Amino acid sequence: MGFDLHRAYQLNPAVALRPEPFGALAYHFGNRRLSFLKSRRLVTVVRLLDSHDSAASALDAAGVPAGDRARYAAALAALAESEVIDAR
Amino acid sequence: MPADAGRPARPTATLTERFTGGLAAPICLTWEWTYACNLSCTHCLSSSGRRDPAELTTAEMRAVIDELRSMQVFYVNVGGGEPTVRPDFWELLDYAVASQVGVKFSTNGLRLDAGRARRLAATDYVDVQVSLDGASREVNDAVRGRGSYDMALRAMANLAEAGFANFKISVVMTRHNVPELDEFAALADRFGAQLRITRLRPSGRGADVWPELHPTGRQQREIYRWLVEAGDRVLTGDSFFHLNALGGTLLPGLNLCGAGRVVCLIDPVGDVYACPFAIHDAFKAGTVRAPGGFARVWRTSPLFAELRTETSGGACRSCPEYRACQGGCMAAKFFTGLPLDGPDPECVRGHGADALAAARQARPPHGNDHSHGRVVTLGMPAVGIPAKPCDSSPLVVTSCP
Repeated sequence: MGFDLHRAYQLNPAVALRPEPFGALAYHFGNRRLSFLKSRRLVTVVRLLDSHDSAASALDAAGVPAGDRARYAAALAALAESEVIDAR
Repeated sequence: MPADAGRPARPTATLTERFTGGLAAPICLTWEWTYACNLSCTHCLSSSGRRDPAELTTAEMRAVIDELRSMQVFYVNVGGGEPTVRPDFWELLDYAVASQVGVKFSTNGLRLDAGRARRLAATDYVDVQVSLDGASREVNDAVRGRGSYDMALRAMANLAEAGFANFKISVVMTRHNVPELDEFAALADRFGAQLRITRLRPSGRGADVWPELHPTGRQQREIYRWLVEAGDRVLTGDSFFHLNALGGTLLPGLNLCGAGRVVCLIDPVGDVYACPFAIHDAFKAGTVRAPGGFARVWRTSPLFAELRTETSGGACRSCPEYRACQGGCMAAKFFTGLPLDGPDPECVRGHGADALAAARQARPPHGNDHSHGRVVTLGMPAVGIPAKPCDSSPLVVTSCP
């Protein structure tokens, strides 16, 4: 199933985030894949997913400007695709 | 390395440019657990053989694992020597896994009997990499020693039998095994394994045999074409990025020298080096035994700081392919006596060959040699090695056919 901005997501419990100067590394202990979150705001968004009813709401809470929303949504879709985040 | 970049939120610097500045902790940490080895491979890049009496103790090893856990180093590549000859190998493996530090360990197969293979297959966060440098016994044993092919194949069969899916078969590419690429792939398929091929580095004892073993120019192009076709089915540890100068398709990977940036090495006595192929004083950044441990070395070593700055490109700067190959491998240049800011000795544009001829005298002496008294002579079967006090005891048995 594709990524849906209006659904609730969470950081996959099998994934650990490691803060980095550029954002964070996400490591998936299950499939052993490494993902690079290349902005700190994206890291904030991902950390906020757990406590928000929808991905869109997490974007708002992280203060993602309207002009950047499409890019952030695409980033979240990629993270969902690689199972860094999953629907809950 | 399986790298999957989330989309850049701001198109400022490329990921590679960000890595150039260094990370909070390494992504790919290689950790050699012992210099002891039952084999005496002719191209061993760590010049392994005898155990170093100053090897890290079990307690020190556990302390490093604790530190890696707190730094969130999610997995380590464990090697040697033959790491499984450490009497505490399995204990340390379990401790690392319990600490959420995944382990991928390289082995020649020595200890992978059926029972051990079953236990490994049942353990999460462990991956096994069996070294094999020929798809045929003749080609393999000429480099790794008599009996090493059968030992590796036995280990692979045990892993497959135990249901260990996707373990790695790790091949160092030489002039003699490039023609066997398809056979290696078939072998991996047969065992449900994944093939990993890496570049022969002139490091350690490899320096002595590199001139006659490294792939020819024609073979380098063959490797490149083969890898482009294989895509991400075949792993390379990013080791062939110098071939990207052949143009067209970039090979999968980060395409940069990761030394001190995303990669480093901890050796069996706790010394930290910039990369697994550079066990030499010139690339020693510190030791985990000093106050502050590994984290302090990673964060404050002047050597690493220097490696994290933008390189000038030197003589390669004017080459149109510089962006694709980044001047190649630092270790390959160093150990063939080439300047670090010039072409790679295997530069596919041919710039390395002339430099090599001129640099023949400049090769550095061996750094850190733990070789057995006698190593495999190319093309000759391994010879028996007498027991010495520094040999770890189980080794002596298997190294004397």
